Amino acid sequence: MTFFVAVAAVILVLSAIAFHRVAFGETIYDRLLASGAIGTNFIVLLAVIGFIFDRPDMFVDLAISYALLNFIGAVAAGKYLERHGSDEAQEQHP
Amino acid sequence: MSILGAVILSIGLFFMAVTAVGLLRLPDFFTRVHAVSKSETLGIALVLIGLTLHEGTTLVSLKLLLVMIFVGFANPVGAHVLTRAAIRTGLIPWRREANQPEAGEVQR
Repeated sequence: MTFFVAVAAVILVLSAIAFHRVAFGETIYDRLLASGAIGTNFIVLLAVIGFIFDRPDMFVDLAISYALLNFIGAVAAGKYLERHGSDEAQEQHP
Repeated sequence: MSILGAVILSIGLFFMAVTAVGLLRLPDFFTRVHAVSKSETLGIALVLIGLTLHEGTTLVSLKLLLVMIFVGFANPVGAHVLTRAAIRTGLIPWRREANQPEAGEVQR
C-alpha cells in the first residue's frame, strides 16, 4: 500500500518533468511527443491507483480505454500535421 | 508484495526516469523520439509485469498483460507517425558541426 503510493508519486514527478517539454517545447512535434509520453505514464498511474484503493478490477478497464484514446490522439495529430504542415514550416515557406 | 515484483517494478520506474531525462536533455526532436519510443515502452512493460506478479493469476493480471501488449504495439507506431510527419514537413535533424542550421529550425 505505502509502496504503491510511493510509485504513484514517482510517476507524477516524472510526468511533471515531461510537462516542461510540453510547455516550453521548441517545435509542435516536441509538444505532441511529450504529451504522448505523459499519457503513457498515466496508463501505469491508473493501474497503480487501482492497487492503492484495492479496486484493480475497475481501474484496469479505465487504463485499457485510456491507452486506446492516447494512441488514437497521437496518430490523428500526426496524420493531420503530415498533410497540412506545422506553423514553423509555414513561416519558412509561405 | 513479493520481492521479485517490487524489484521488477523499480527497474521499470528507472526506465521511465530515463525517458523523462531524455526528453529534457536531448538536443532535438528526433533524438527525443529515440528516448520516448524505446525506453518508455520497456519501462511500462516492466512496471505492468511487476503489478501482474503482485496480483497473481486473476482476470486483472490478464488485462494488465493485454495493456502491456497493446502499448508495445501502439507506442512505437505513434512515435513513427510523428517522426514521419516531422521529416516530411522539413524538420532538420540536429548536427554537431557549427556551420549547420540551428537545431529545431525548419526548411523544406
